[in-house]
Amino acid sequence: MMSIGKSIYRKEALEKVTGTAKYAGDFSKAEVLHGRLVVSSYAHAKIKSIDTTAAWTVQGIRAIVLGQSFPLTGEEIKDRPPLAFDKVRYYGEPVAVVVADNETIAKRAAELIQITYEALPVVNSPREAITSGAPLVHENLIFYEKIQHVYPEPNTNIADRTKIRKGDMVKGWSESEVSVEASFSFSPSDHTAMETRCVTAEINRDGKLVFSSATQSPYMIKKLMNDYFGLEPGKVVVRTPVVGGGYGGKVAVQLELIAYMATQAVGGRTVKIMNTREEDMISSPVHIGLDATIKLGCTKDGRLKAAEILYLFDSGAYSDKGATIGRAAAVTCTGPYFIENITCDSLCVYTNHPYATAFRGFSHSEVLFAFERTMDMLAKKIDIDPMQLREINAILPGQTTPTQMLLNNSTVGSLPDCIQRLKQLMNWNEGQRIQVSDHLVRAKGISCIWKTSTIDTEASSGVNLLFNIDGTVNIISGIVEIGTGTKTILAQLLAEKMKMDIHQIHVKMDVDTETTPEHWKTVASRGTLLAGRALLKAADDAMSQLKDIASRVLICSPDDLEVGYGKVFVKDEPTTYLYIKDICYGYKYPNGYSIGGQVIGTGNYMLRHLTHLDHETGVGKPGPEWTVGAQGVEVEFNTQDYTYKIIKAYSVIDIGKVLNQKAALGQVMGAMSMGLSFAGRETYVFDDEGRVLNPRLRTYVPMRYGEHPQYMIHFNETTHVDGPYGARGIGEHGLIGMPAALANSLSVAAEVDLNQLPLTPELIWKTKESGGTK
Amino acid sequence: MLKSEITLYVNGEPRQVYVRHTDTLLHTLRENLGLTGAKPGCLNGDCGACTIDIDEEPIKSCLTLSVESTDKKITTVEGLQNAQIQKEFIKKFAFQCGYCTPGFIMNCNALINKYPDADDAKIKDWLESNICRCTGYAEIEEAIKAVLTKNQQGLSS
Repeated sequence: MMSIGKSIYRKEALEKVTGTAKYAGDFSKAEVLHGRLVVSSYAHAKIKSIDTTAAWTVQGIRAIVLGQSFPLTGEEIKDRPPLAFDKVRYYGEPVAVVVADNETIAKRAAELIQITYEALPVVNSPREAITSGAPLVHENLIFYEKIQHVYPEPNTNIADRTKIRKGDMVKGWSESEVSVEASFSFSPSDHTAMETRCVTAEINRDGKLVFSSATQSPYMIKKLMNDYFGLEPGKVVVRTPVVGGGYGGKVAVQLELIAYMATQAVGGRTVKIMNTREEDMISSPVHIGLDATIKLGCTKDGRLKAAEILYLFDSGAYSDKGATIGRAAAVTCTGPYFIENITCDSLCVYTNHPYATAFRGFSHSEVLFAFERTMDMLAKKIDIDPMQLREINAILPGQTTPTQMLLNNSTVGSLPDCIQRLKQLMNWNEGQRIQVSDHLVRAKGISCIWKTSTIDTEASSGVNLLFNIDGTVNIISGIVEIGTGTKTILAQLLAEKMKMDIHQIHVKMDVDTETTPEHWKTVASRGTLLAGRALLKAADDAMSQLKDIASRVLICSPDDLEVGYGKVFVKDEPTTYLYIKDICYGYKYPNGYSIGGQVIGTGNYMLRHLTHLDHETGVGKPGPEWTVGAQGVEVEFNTQDYTYKIIKAYSVIDIGKVLNQKAALGQVMGAMSMGLSFAGRETYVFDDEGRVLNPRLRTYVPMRYGEHPQYMIHFNETTHVDGPYGARGIGEHGLIGMPAALANSLSVAAEVDLNQLPLTPELIWKTKESGGTK
Repeated sequence: MLKSEITLYVNGEPRQVYVRHTDTLLHTLRENLGLTGAKPGCLNGDCGACTIDIDEEPIKSCLTLSVESTDKKITTVEGLQNAQIQKEFIKKFAFQCGYCTPGFIMNCNALINKYPDADDAKIKDWLESNICRCTGYAEIEEAIKAVLTKNQQGLSS
């Protein structure tokens, strides 16, 4: 009967392998109108005029919606018109939407819209953006509405700055006998969910706005429609079926705003907008880029003493989630090490690139790439084994994080145990670089990881449990099934808690904000903690209702009763019992008297004691716990042509408690694959005018079948007291050390410091030719 | 805009549809026949999410015109009946979000039928035409190999 830890198949498995699972784009009605975006062909330009005359001549066209000065949107700073107004700030930015009877007509009309631009100078990287005299992406930054805890710097391209000031830098540097300093950079890239973003919107006769959206944040859409357009929250309904991959990319609320404007323009008729792949890659938000400089000091025996860090995040044209990403980066600005003295400035910077949103790991793979590369450079300089340098400095309970959170045995897993295990798995003692033949070497690289979540301090989740007449239960949760299997995990938690057969539990996969209790957003590896705790509370609620009814039938105190195995029974005399199916809709006495009613369990959960960060020092508690781990990569590298193959990839992660063995392995494996793909090959290529040269899957090339390494994954289990059955967040962690580990292995293999991404043979060749990185 | 009535043989049934000559088979399957198992991912032949089997060969339906698909045996994921590969995809956790899954399964299905003794190189050659962003591909490898091995055991016994 026990369910925890078992490799239970996902509840929607049959639907997915038979092709019957319906995604947002699979619902079709004859009367649906189709919206097609018209996007900018410049990265930065003044819109001089938009001529729609020719487009209107196309038969079947219903509306053309252009940008307006109001409202401006954005989650922290309201800097973005849903459709560009007055000027465009990135290549591919939506400028207009054409609504027509079908896709073909919409496309033809969209192509006939004539836009005249006047090109403006382009900001093509974050370093360029912060130089004095750089063109301003937002001249009116000072006037924008914003939330309290974001700090834009007017008349610059800096949208936000998070500062970490921990300890005493003078002391830190004076205690440092050795130091290294290095710079890192990579451009924005993409999430590339196989399902492109898709939304339909309609306004009913009673004024109710109904969306169907492929989103990770249906409740945020509801909230933002209120915030941006003043719509009553009860009159906004968002329906979200299963989603074809998110990885952070579907957190952003973008197409919904455009679809709302489009349906308004056609009297509330249903309008569907589905991104083409090209639009999905650059018109909708992307994976953030980064320029970084890190200076690290330690004693001769490898004890870290000081870290001075500058992170310049390439948020692109708008700050939407970029500011939050920059903040999360500051929270985890070092690797998982105890460092007494830290200065970090983490900036969210405007450029004329496509704008950024969350990407799986939320700044951690990006920051760890830079930091863990610096660790390897430092290890080399003091001639110490890189694994040992990490062991010496590994963060422990009783120590503090960069934001001065004091950790304990529950709030952080055991990093030293992870490092030990990784060492064994990788057979580390055989050496990091082994010559296999004349031109072939095998090389290993590692990275340690840690992550907490930086999310709204009032983020919450609710769960309803509805009993059916046969004693089975329906779980209703606002978690979006984006592929992580969290809803199946919820079923396992309930099976464990109520000691019931997993097959007696049904899970509602779709979300409908009108009837489903809210789950803040399906992000941040927090589904299991938030919804899991809400579910356990709902189960307690349901069980106390069942006991209440049973106590009156069995004539005893509810305290003497227990729920399990489909029954409510007397603890001391289990042979005295009632079946749940006989009381979950109330109980009918022989004479007809009846008591109770359908048992409906409800529960909610909100994270405890989270705070904002202090603006001057960064002090604060942004997340509940830290998942830690150690990862490695082994490559086979050709020293003649700089090609390589990733042979093995390793992860040892302190998961708290494994809830579903194969699902957990799958989460980690998939994340590792995505991390290696990002690190090895994924980037947007920009020309001097800031145009993206490769917005399609033929020129932007994610990893494919057969290029995957052998995965070696191991879990440690240090209980997180707050987590359901002790579990920690795991959805992102497999990804976040991969870029650093790959870069470290290739730096060893090629005997040159590789401090840029992606790690293509061409980059390695160029770095070698130029005599090493700066 | 030229349109014609044509008959497609889909999942064992003749289906009459009225299509534009430029309609892709993917469009016709999804919009005219309601067979939404085949997915649009790039409409460019790059991602494989729209893969179906035509005369037992895996074909990207986004690169195929409906009007050139008459007189052919079209099988979509909806036409599979409890295929072993579907079961193995579930057992090996070979999908997460499930969006690329119908395409992968149809590609695997054709491979299994055509080359029941496919080796690693052959499997790679076939499956590298599809992209999966959720799994690490190792799960898909396990699933297809489980079927191929079973087939081989079946053949040798």
